[in-house]
Amino acid sequence: MTSAQAEVKARPKREASRHVVARVDEVAEGKSKLVNVEGRAIAIFNVKGEYLAIANRCPHEGADLCRGSVVPLIESDTPGVVRLSRHGELVRCPWHGWEFDLRTGKSWCDPSRTRVKSYDVKVERGAALVEGPYQAEVYKISVEDEYLVLEL
Amino acid sequence: MESSVLERTEDKTETLGVVDCDVHPAFSRPDQLSDYLPERWKQHVRDYAIRSANPLLGTLPYPRLTPGNGMRRDSWPPAGGPPASDLDFLREQLLEQCNIEIGILQPLAAGSVAFNMELGAALCSALNDWQIDKFAGPEPRLRASICIPQEDAKEAVAEIDKRVTDRRFVQIAMPPRTIEPAGRKRYWPIYEAAEHYGLPIGLHTSAFGYRPNTPSGWTSFYLEEHFAASNSLQTVMSSMILEGVFEQFPKLKIVLVEGGFSWLPSLFWRMDREWKRMRSEVPHVKRKPSEYAAENFWYTTQPIEEPEKNTHLLDILRWIGPDRLMFSTDYPHWDFDDPRYAFKVPLTPAEKNAIFRDNAMKLFRLQ
Repeated sequence: MTSAQAEVKARPKREASRHVVARVDEVAEGKSKLVNVEGRAIAIFNVKGEYLAIANRCPHEGADLCRGSVVPLIESDTPGVVRLSRHGELVRCPWHGWEFDLRTGKSWCDPSRTRVKSYDVKVERGAALVEGPYQAEVYKISVEDEYLVLEL
Repeated sequence: MESSVLERTEDKTETLGVVDCDVHPAFSRPDQLSDYLPERWKQHVRDYAIRSANPLLGTLPYPRLTPGNGMRRDSWPPAGGPPASDLDFLREQLLEQCNIEIGILQPLAAGSVAFNMELGAALCSALNDWQIDKFAGPEPRLRASICIPQEDAKEAVAEIDKRVTDRRFVQIAMPPRTIEPAGRKRYWPIYEAAEHYGLPIGLHTSAFGYRPNTPSGWTSFYLEEHFAASNSLQTVMSSMILEGVFEQFPKLKIVLVEGGFSWLPSLFWRMDREWKRMRSEVPHVKRKPSEYAAENFWYTTQPIEEPEKNTHLLDILRWIGPDRLMFSTDYPHWDFDDPRYAFKVPLTPAEKNAIFRDNAMKLFRLQ
């Protein structure tokens, strides 16, 4: 083993960091909230009580995805017949209308090339957070409330 | 290393600023324009409303992606009113955020296509007063366009004469879907005035006009209309060149706004080839059509083409010439282009400065 390799090996592993980013009631159902974690702008969406997070910047021309409208998947096999599914699981960019799957961050039209990073969000009780190792960046944690914890 | 080069180019644009050739100011309330009309027309509008080829008042022929007839969803001013009606918010969201040194206003209202042509002339004049009063007067970074009732050339020239001493007006605005093709003689008095004053004529793609959006009538969908814009500007270009407008007015400057630009090379190639074979039909066209284009036409960039392979845009750029393209945002419309991200190809600093600033500075004599 060369010394350079040894040096690389000796470096500490980058642990996933967890951040308390919002109280659950700050993101109403069907709405979004923009948060800033370690300099990254991240948009959190409440999809029927489930919280999904993606990078806020649209990869096409840079618009804020948190300002987009939350839409269903719209498909049609023939003119005049439209099928809606996956209600509230896509966001449509406020400028050119690129649609991104909130679960994967992939765009509907060009999933392999045009995509945004998606992040894991968990709901945690305040009581657990007070004990835990998490970084509560701006929040005073109250044991009675529930919080959104985002993993980077 | 690559990223440091990119940063340096961006910095340069930031210090120099961008000229935006397509900004759409809006009325703060639907009847705001009436404030600028003489009493006779104010009463007319109150009693009969403004009628144009649009099917319903206050709407466009096609539904658009977003509320407010297709606005950027984030462009609604926090203080209320429609997008681009609030000067303070326009300053913040467009001029400041996008580092716009000068923005050229392109009012889109029915003045030039009203069925009642006398009313149309009054509306154009009102639009010109309104642009100065609400936008280009209080904000020196914004410049106005002289809206004209182009179908009545005498009235149009009178309006140009009236505005020309006010240097805040930097171009004449005319819609491309005119009653006759733009090269026909009924419009020549306008071209004579424009050439005389050295004022470019901007033909902005419009959602309205005296004619349908394609030569075979109205399209079914907004998506079709969106690129039918290119057809209407192709008609403008070939008609003006082949009618001999630029033999008569060799210094006339024409700006084609919001119709794309990747179609230009193929139109040049086709016109030149047919001209070589059939020029005896048009003996007044003394030079290759593309030569007139290279001297008399300019093009704005938005909505910029996005080829599968981005670098193909560089071929187009070379074929058209980087001295003919001028950056535009189309703020606050949904298909807005952001000067920081719209061009997805590496331009040389010289090309970048030309397209984002210098071409427009020179053409509109902005300095």
